[in-house]
Amino acid sequence: MKELLVQLRGAVMSTLVLAVVCCGLYPLVVFGLGQALFAGKANGSLIVDSKGVVRGSRLLGQPFSSDKYFHPRPSAAGNGYDPTSSGGSNLGPTSKKLADSIAQNAADYRSQNGLDTNAPVPADAVTASGSGLDPHISVANAEVQAPRVAKARGLALEAVRALIAQHTDKPDLGFLGDSGVNVLVLNLDLDGVK
Amino acid sequence: MTRSVDWLQLACFVALLALITKPMGLYLCRVLDAKGKTWLDVIFKPLERLTYWVMGVDPEKEQDWKLYTFAMLLFSLVGCLFTYAILRLQKYLPLNPQGLDNLAPHLAFNTAASFTTNTNWQSYSGESTMSYLSQMLALVIHNFTSAATGIALAAALVRGIARHSAKTLGNFWVDLVRITYYLLLPICVVFAVVLISQGMIQNFKPYTTAKLTESYTIQVAKTDAKGQPVTTNVAVMVQAPKLDEKGKPVMTNGVAVMADVPKLDEKGQPVMTNMPVMVDQKVEEQSIPQGPMASQVAIKMLGTNGGGYANANAAHPFENPTPLSNFLQMLSIFAIGSGLTYYLGRQTKNQGHGWSVWASMMVLFLAGCLLCWWAEARGNPIHQHLGVAAADGNMEGKEVRFGIFNSALFATITTDASCGAVNSMHDSFTPLGGFVPLFNIQLGEIIIGGVGAGLYGMLVFVVLAVFIAGLMVGRTPEYLGKKIQAYDVKMSMLSLLVLAVSILGFSAWACVSKWGLDGLNNSGPHGLSEILYAYSSCNGNNGSAFAGLNANTPWYDATLGIACFVGRFLMIVPIMGLAGSLGAKKISPPSAGTFPVSGATFVVLLLGTVLLVGALNFLPALTLGPIIEHFQALQGKLY
Repeated sequence: MKELLVQLRGAVMSTLVLAVVCCGLYPLVVFGLGQALFAGKANGSLIVDSKGVVRGSRLLGQPFSSDKYFHPRPSAAGNGYDPTSSGGSNLGPTSKKLADSIAQNAADYRSQNGLDTNAPVPADAVTASGSGLDPHISVANAEVQAPRVAKARGLALEAVRALIAQHTDKPDLGFLGDSGVNVLVLNLDLDGVK
Repeated sequence: MTRSVDWLQLACFVALLALITKPMGLYLCRVLDAKGKTWLDVIFKPLERLTYWVMGVDPEKEQDWKLYTFAMLLFSLVGCLFTYAILRLQKYLPLNPQGLDNLAPHLAFNTAASFTTNTNWQSYSGESTMSYLSQMLALVIHNFTSAATGIALAAALVRGIARHSAKTLGNFWVDLVRITYYLLLPICVVFAVVLISQGMIQNFKPYTTAKLTESYTIQVAKTDAKGQPVTTNVAVMVQAPKLDEKGKPVMTNGVAVMADVPKLDEKGQPVMTNMPVMVDQKVEEQSIPQGPMASQVAIKMLGTNGGGYANANAAHPFENPTPLSNFLQMLSIFAIGSGLTYYLGRQTKNQGHGWSVWASMMVLFLAGCLLCWWAEARGNPIHQHLGVAAADGNMEGKEVRFGIFNSALFATITTDASCGAVNSMHDSFTPLGGFVPLFNIQLGEIIIGGVGAGLYGMLVFVVLAVFIAGLMVGRTPEYLGKKIQAYDVKMSMLSLLVLAVSILGFSAWACVSKWGLDGLNNSGPHGLSEILYAYSSCNGNNGSAFAGLNANTPWYDATLGIACFVGRFLMIVPIMGLAGSLGAKKISPPSAGTFPVSGATFVVLLLGTVLLVGALNFLPALTLGPIIEHFQALQGKLY
């Protein structure tokens, strides 16, 4: 019985002490260091325009559908690109629902970008990402969309392609991960928002 | 299509892991020695002494296996109740700027069970359920303590193997405190700051509202002035064969054409129902979640917990902003588990044994990774038939910045270990790509494994392998000079059988129950895979999911929570019994007939044991899930 009380005290007190250290001190230390060293990133990499309005985060995608903007990937987060309900479609490889939505997305993508009815489409253009907030599209996807955007804006194709190159995030350290074009940053740049 | 740059990433990952294994192992030797000195003593020694004083623990006094296990169980119980209480009361507690409500009892039970057992199965979506306090306190405490508990148990088992004629296996409280202070906390502080440098958030602000560049409209239910939904009375429609003027069914290609017709009751009157009136709503803003994420993610990875801050876990751009953050997160999942194999070698004075165990794990890791990568890169023939570019692979549920390779690698690592964080949605993997994480979990997560849990799980297989080798040559099996007797084999088998019985038993129950089938997001063989994955994940204390399954229902929450407990504690108790038994044995000097536990023969035997047990237990169920689905996908069958 005495041994039980000794162990019980150990269990209760260690829970409390570790709660203070690991859940109180530790996040505060990280908070302090983060705010001191990387304040912009620790607060969400927000994009603020010249009027002081928050336009989004450079890490989170936003929905775009008109011709003059690059379109992001299909999104399964809420009604699309809702950061409060991130997630994927979670539809499996033999799901009819998934196959139907890919067929629909592919048909839309081809008609928007003037492709042949059976032309292959970039995989990322017709599939939902894991987070539903993917800020990127593949370079191939951006290249297909470039003529449409250039035409809608009356810009030279070369100018739009130069912007794509400028907003392509290259693999880290030259070899980690895949290249991706940041859609929100690219579209804001097209609008002249820096 | 596999690219050479991806091979370079894989080589780089394995090389770095091999490089950190020895230093990590040497450091673990110091941390897991109650009198060990580290260069962090300056900061943490006073805190360590203070902690023992508050707890009333004598750090000099060691415990036998029963008391050690009892202390661990009691500690887990207290922590579980602590978390349950906070989740049930979060509305009344501070640090809840979004005003989120208390959790329902079944969800709070499931979450408390899941985090106490290092599982981090999440039936909830973090952004819309958990207050900052719940995330920081109720959940993060277990990220530290359940990881420290796992490492402590592994250390106790290794002590049992290394010591002879010993009554005690160390002191649980000392192990718990030292692991937390000297190992987990310091690495996490550095790691969290590095993650912030990549774009991860760490703040206490309420959610930020951003103005969308292009607004869009959605359909929402109309509400009246009192907030009640407005409804309209409409006829219920049913499908019936379409008829031509002569009253004959219209056929195309031998199949009746179906049309929507009003449903009629017995009197021939249309059946009516109330439907909500939908109206257009313009969305002009995006709500951007904030919070103390980096501190939580660092320990979530290092401690192989895996519970995401956000619902999308490590696929969320805040929670895993760049390929570099992704690489470091993968490395941190394996770091401690890999170091523990070196610790094993050092403590048993047989470094070849430690490296042989590590090599066995690496063989299984590479096999799983290559299969998953190949399957995902090959893509889904059904989707390619619809026009998806074949060279792009299966991108459903994957992020562009990680691509195919880093998604497959992450999926393999997170299920080799008992981490369960995901950077892509396993539910949407190709059948064989999804088979790999599922089978990894079912093997018992002994491929590096959860911190501590992976090593003690693998050592059970080592005991079995040695036993089988002994039977084959007709000698009393010996492991590092200790005779393996009936009691030891019984304890080992018990810990393995618990896993198989619980996974298959619960899955079978869910498959024949309405509550089980109602939660499915996919039907056909993939539905079975979803159920099988859920119970494998919880029993294995992994926490990843075929996330389409809607598991936040009373039945699923309760059974999955119980599965977490079974998979953790019913496995640990026999293993601690084994540790106590091994520690009490004498060590006999090696002879010509002793089976060496290092080298290629041992590795092959160990791999054979692991695969044989895993295959015998789970292949029948897997055949009905991912394997049959693979062939159906090749034929273009849809559900």
